Amino acid sequence: MLSHDPLENVLYIDLSRKTSRVERRPELFDAYLGGAGAAIHLLEENCPAGIDPHDPANPVIFAVGPLTGVLPLASKTVAMFKSPLTGNLGESHAGGRSAVAIRTAGYGAIVITGASDIPIYLSIHEGRVRFRDARSIWGLSSMTAGRIIRENEPGAGMRTIMRIGTAGEALVPYANVTIETYRHFGRLGLGAVLGSKRVKGIVVAGHRALPVADARAYRRVYDQVYDAAVSSPVMKKYYELGTPANVLPLDEIGALPTRNLQAARFEGACELSGEALADNYLGRRLACAHCPVACIHIAAVREPYEQAAYFYKTTMIGYDYETIYALGTMLGIDSAKAFLRLIAEVDNLGMDAMSAGVALAWATEAMERGLVGPAETDGIALRWGDASAYRAAAKRLVSQPTPFYQALAQGVEHASSVYGGQEYALAFGRNEMPGYHTGPAGHIGFLIGARHSHLDNAGYALDQKAPSQGSLTPEKLVDALIEEEAWRQILSSTVVCFFARGIYTPELTQEALTLMQMGRTPQELQALGEEIWAAKYRFKLREGFDPQKIRIPQRIYETPSALGAIEPAYVEAALACAWERVAAIET
Amino acid sequence: MKKLRIIDSELCVGCQQCIFACSRRSGEAGLAHSSIAVRSTGGMEKGFKIIVCNACADPPCAAVCPTDALLRQDGGGVRLDAKRCIGCRQCVGACSIGAVQWDAEIDKPMICVHCGYCVRYCPHGVLTLVEV
Repeated sequence: MLSHDPLENVLYIDLSRKTSRVERRPELFDAYLGGAGAAIHLLEENCPAGIDPHDPANPVIFAVGPLTGVLPLASKTVAMFKSPLTGNLGESHAGGRSAVAIRTAGYGAIVITGASDIPIYLSIHEGRVRFRDARSIWGLSSMTAGRIIRENEPGAGMRTIMRIGTAGEALVPYANVTIETYRHFGRLGLGAVLGSKRVKGIVVAGHRALPVADARAYRRVYDQVYDAAVSSPVMKKYYELGTPANVLPLDEIGALPTRNLQAARFEGACELSGEALADNYLGRRLACAHCPVACIHIAAVREPYEQAAYFYKTTMIGYDYETIYALGTMLGIDSAKAFLRLIAEVDNLGMDAMSAGVALAWATEAMERGLVGPAETDGIALRWGDASAYRAAAKRLVSQPTPFYQALAQGVEHASSVYGGQEYALAFGRNEMPGYHTGPAGHIGFLIGARHSHLDNAGYALDQKAPSQGSLTPEKLVDALIEEEAWRQILSSTVVCFFARGIYTPELTQEALTLMQMGRTPQELQALGEEIWAAKYRFKLREGFDPQKIRIPQRIYETPSALGAIEPAYVEAALACAWERVAAIET
Repeated sequence: MKKLRIIDSELCVGCQQCIFACSRRSGEAGLAHSSIAVRSTGGMEKGFKIIVCNACADPPCAAVCPTDALLRQDGGGVRLDAKRCIGCRQCVGACSIGAVQWDAEIDKPMICVHCGYCVRYCPHGVLTLVEV
């Protein structure tokens, strides 16, 4: 790497002692680029084996990459921690202004350990770390906490404001972290880990210059990426309707999980489609820092106050495909306004939308089947499509007035182990499922991905490209999934948004890294990706992940997918291949 | 004489491409050397303001400069004579729109020279360069 690149700086913050220090780690970034590659090694170094995820020693790591602040679309931050939801690898990515702020504040990574005695928020401004008293904002929604921190802190326009809601404070293991109001570190419970450390928020601001090796080559590569980003057909989908462009196509092919995956087509899909939301509600589009695409779509919802004539409120609510699936179709909600209000509720509480939606969907079916009744649900009748009941239940996932909500707040894996209904508890490796019932590759992808995320290896895309189920042998399918996951480790180590994967080819990535004197051939990059994938699995195995204990929810076999009924034998055969690959990882 | 003008700040998505473009003229990456700033108007949902030199005919920043380091330009705006600048920051306070940015790395003001480099990188047509 370039000798004066601040990427090498790792900021260590000890919340217990209220101290911080910077350590130069050029070897770490030279070997693993940054992002996921650097973070998994920092996690391995800093997380004692076998600890409780809420132990103060559980580190929270944020890492950015060499291309952050240098090239467009390199706009993501990777967070790593031990997950309170799965008990093993916690990894979550977010954009907003986080990555550029961390990089231009002069850091490649931030490692936060310990726990504060009182609620605090961290204020990090180019070399100065302050521990700010957050006692007066503890208990506030993520929205209000964000507003207060915004007014307290300098650096407007150049900062990221991360914060947790009450779900994080209550240690709900799928609590998320909101950044810049409309982006999130979702999935796997980063919000709960920060809650356990009594960290309500983190502000990072910076505006440093960053060196490049060759100014002329820099401008050339920059223009190549920028021009592709604004004109390439591969970005068009994100440009116009955003990820909700997927709703109608997935419904059309029968891959849109509906009412807890009792169906894969939704009669209300049109109302919740990207097209209808844009026509009726789209109020503004936003971009992450250093990304011209502006895929963030914000709905403006105007509502009258029932008790006060001529009083209205207009709420701005971010929506994406995953929220439409989890808080819309999975709950059978066919009113866009009702669905948007549910998003706002879940967002304000600070919960991952997918886990919360799947939890509520499972609870609805459990109630329908008589496994639980009003005594368990605190008198709330959970019914498909009843968004106001879901808003009330979402609040109870945080306040937990009954043992049922206490169990449901631990995720559907746990709740179904207590109340039954495991066959339709849609969690994979304890992580609630994302919105793709495309075929076997999608589900195998969730099962074998290191984060159990659809973004690990995009199995759903393989299904959509496949002429028929089983057109790849189980072995070939697993090879393709792991190869994709390995390449994605490079994207998430440089750190490039996955939406830009069509632009950042191995060849372009080589050229881009050469600007930072970190150039590697496409073959070397793929090998490094495999190494990072293996390191993530080593951490999972170290923390007790047992492939043999992975549960496959029966429901995925009962409801036909876009490629027809999924064959259990095919899934089992693929898993056997995958776990063989995992077993071959050198420890 | 060409001047940078904001067509419609409501089209701004807050991508910061203009800030990166301006800073990149120095040959470096990052954000340190930019004469243009973008801030939300109280939360991103309310939109953005673009803060950049308005090319005043009678620039207050030049009027307060104790060393005459800011040279008035025909058609409006100023150029910095860095050798004369003592880094006193008087110009920053004099600009009522806050368009005098500060480059902390060289301790000098950064004021837009209306070159239009940022216009090429504004993906949504917020900025333009006009003949005045």
